[in-house]
Amino acid sequence: MSERITLGHGGGGREAQILIRDHFASRFGMNGPMTDSALLHVSGDLLAFTTDSYVISPLFFPGGNIGKLAVCGTVNDLAVSGAEPVYLSAAFIIEEGFSLDQLDLIVTSMADEAEVAGVRIVTGDTKVVGKGTCDGLFINTAGVGVLGRELSHIGNASAVREGDRLIINGAPGDHAVTILAARRELSFDMPLVSDCACLNHLVKKVTGVPGAVHFMRDLTRGGLAAVLNELAAMTGCGIEVDEASVPFQEPVRGMCEILGFDPFSLASEGRLLVVAAPEEADRIAERMRQDQHGRDTAIIGRITSTRAGRVILNSASGGQRFLEMPPGQLLPRIC
Amino acid sequence: MKYVDEYRNGRHIARLAEMISREVSREYVFMEVCGGHTAAIHRFGIPSLLPPQVRLISGPGCPVCVTPASYIDMLVALASGGEVTIAMFGDLMRVPGTMVTPAAARAAGADIRVVLSAGDALELASSERKRNVIFPAIGFETTAPGTAVTLTEALKRDVKNFFVLNAHKVMPPAMEMLLREGTTIDGFICPGHVAVVTGSSAFDFIPRRYGLACVVTGFEPADLMLAVLMLVRQVNSRSPRVETEYRRAVTPEGNSRARGYMDEVFEPGDAEWRGLGVIPNGGLTIREKYRRFDAGDRFSFDLPEPEHESGCRCGEILRGVITPADCPLFAAACTPDSPGGACMVSDEGACNTWYKYHIHE
Repeated sequence: MSERITLGHGGGGREAQILIRDHFASRFGMNGPMTDSALLHVSGDLLAFTTDSYVISPLFFPGGNIGKLAVCGTVNDLAVSGAEPVYLSAAFIIEEGFSLDQLDLIVTSMADEAEVAGVRIVTGDTKVVGKGTCDGLFINTAGVGVLGRELSHIGNASAVREGDRLIINGAPGDHAVTILAARRELSFDMPLVSDCACLNHLVKKVTGVPGAVHFMRDLTRGGLAAVLNELAAMTGCGIEVDEASVPFQEPVRGMCEILGFDPFSLASEGRLLVVAAPEEADRIAERMRQDQHGRDTAIIGRITSTRAGRVILNSASGGQRFLEMPPGQLLPRIC
Repeated sequence: MKYVDEYRNGRHIARLAEMISREVSREYVFMEVCGGHTAAIHRFGIPSLLPPQVRLISGPGCPVCVTPASYIDMLVALASGGEVTIAMFGDLMRVPGTMVTPAAARAAGADIRVVLSAGDALELASSERKRNVIFPAIGFETTAPGTAVTLTEALKRDVKNFFVLNAHKVMPPAMEMLLREGTTIDGFICPGHVAVVTGSSAFDFIPRRYGLACVVTGFEPADLMLAVLMLVRQVNSRSPRVETEYRRAVTPEGNSRARGYMDEVFEPGDAEWRGLGVIPNGGLTIREKYRRFDAGDRFSFDLPEPEHESGCRCGEILRGVITPADCPLFAAACTPDSPGGACMVSDEGACNTWYKYHIHE
């Protein structure tokens, strides 16, 4: 049987990395580090450019819908590159028979979220496909942002140093667990809403401290584990995380205990990692807490010079282990 | 999280580590025979808390790891036929058969879905009456009662499109076979969840016949540390017996209601354990009354020619005779992204765990 794409290839973990490296990047001549946005030099200015497709099921979930997600995701990819998001495109692939009322709800929340973020949706595309050839509605958004030269290091981690502190803006994994529950794949209800939110205003608060922020990345597929392992690989540094300081919500921890998921691998859509200079870390964390999407900000670890390229987790019970790149699709285990 | 955080308290665990260090007087080798223990031991970094004289080795306790590759081939063949839906535990998705994994078969069009229980698979069959839904029934005394309850329910409701492909196994005969075949250890970290069903008395034969220490153990770091301390004390005092550390869940007699369902649906039978061979009474066979739900009887399929698992030494690893690092394929021809056998796939597999936590040291 010839090799085929499996759902694991879309999981944001090791399998996804291999797919991108061996089948896309090599053919497109992309050899730089894989950052959330491309940085483009256009007549003296620096632009950040990114795109993302949204295929979430269900289309509506506690805390948002596919439209809000499509705006937040792309705004966040630009923001964590250090850029100020300005313009978005929006393209819709709609299944024949899709309810126009639902479409209006989704598009309205896109407009609302764009207004909150202060970006404009300026171009788009619509395709309608036959019944059964897409799952209701898929959305692609692309975005352009303007980047100050002093922030061009943020996405590629070149400024990360030993001793830098790791900061996250709240509990990771709420989005993943909310979606699992909304799919009714869990036979219990979750008192959770998705963390889906635009983070560009929060980012602006922290990049305002000159020289303090060395790296940022949003915690989407593959969660904190994937982002930390990518950072370790990009910098060749070691990373240490203190499990007890990561502010997971109780329902998320409980769900992971039951299903055998690692909470560090769960996706968020409104959480980011900020790597900051040690002497500025408290100040940065304080600024993050002042934003409505950063109230539960926590400093969770540091960059080290030991165990180059590896992520070490200091478990709450006192032991140490490696935090691995998640392999691919999350699968519930049996016992 | 109540009933969890107490057992992860770093101070208590450090104190247990001190007590173990104070009491060790020789080398000790203890075997855990539950995949849940293997995963917990490494997830919480237990080896980093133990003195070097105490070595923990993994036995055949991961249900996915002891499932023969031919069983995966059967699932793939059934699912690829077009009329059958396989509704299975997610653990099996990435396990290689002799040809492909279920994940690859699904990508090629096979109807394979992930469920969390046998009951969910029965509900799927009830809601899609035109599909034949097969539940791959794997696992030990922990999952067998669930399968049994589901089959009694299927009989009561007269569901005609629900089947199980049975590969249930039971743990005590496998532990006995290891000892008979020369695995040398000082004691067992006995499987806590299995004992919830069987009762701790199911392990009484081990100290009686083989003079080995046994502690039925829970799955949190404090449980594991306390169990090691209890095992060390049993060895030091030369008084092997079955003790229960996991008292909040395990009684000597176990869950008689769960065992009643198992007895209603299953009878003891020989079973093939991957890497270990056929173990007499090492599994469960579906009784005549429920035979109509046995997918093995009901469906015919073509299996690929079995390929020899060249060089893979899973059998010795599952018996605790060698460590994963001793296998010539380990970390070279066999990695989590390109696994040579189930032990490298499952989160509870010894090779996967070793790869994650030891290869880079």
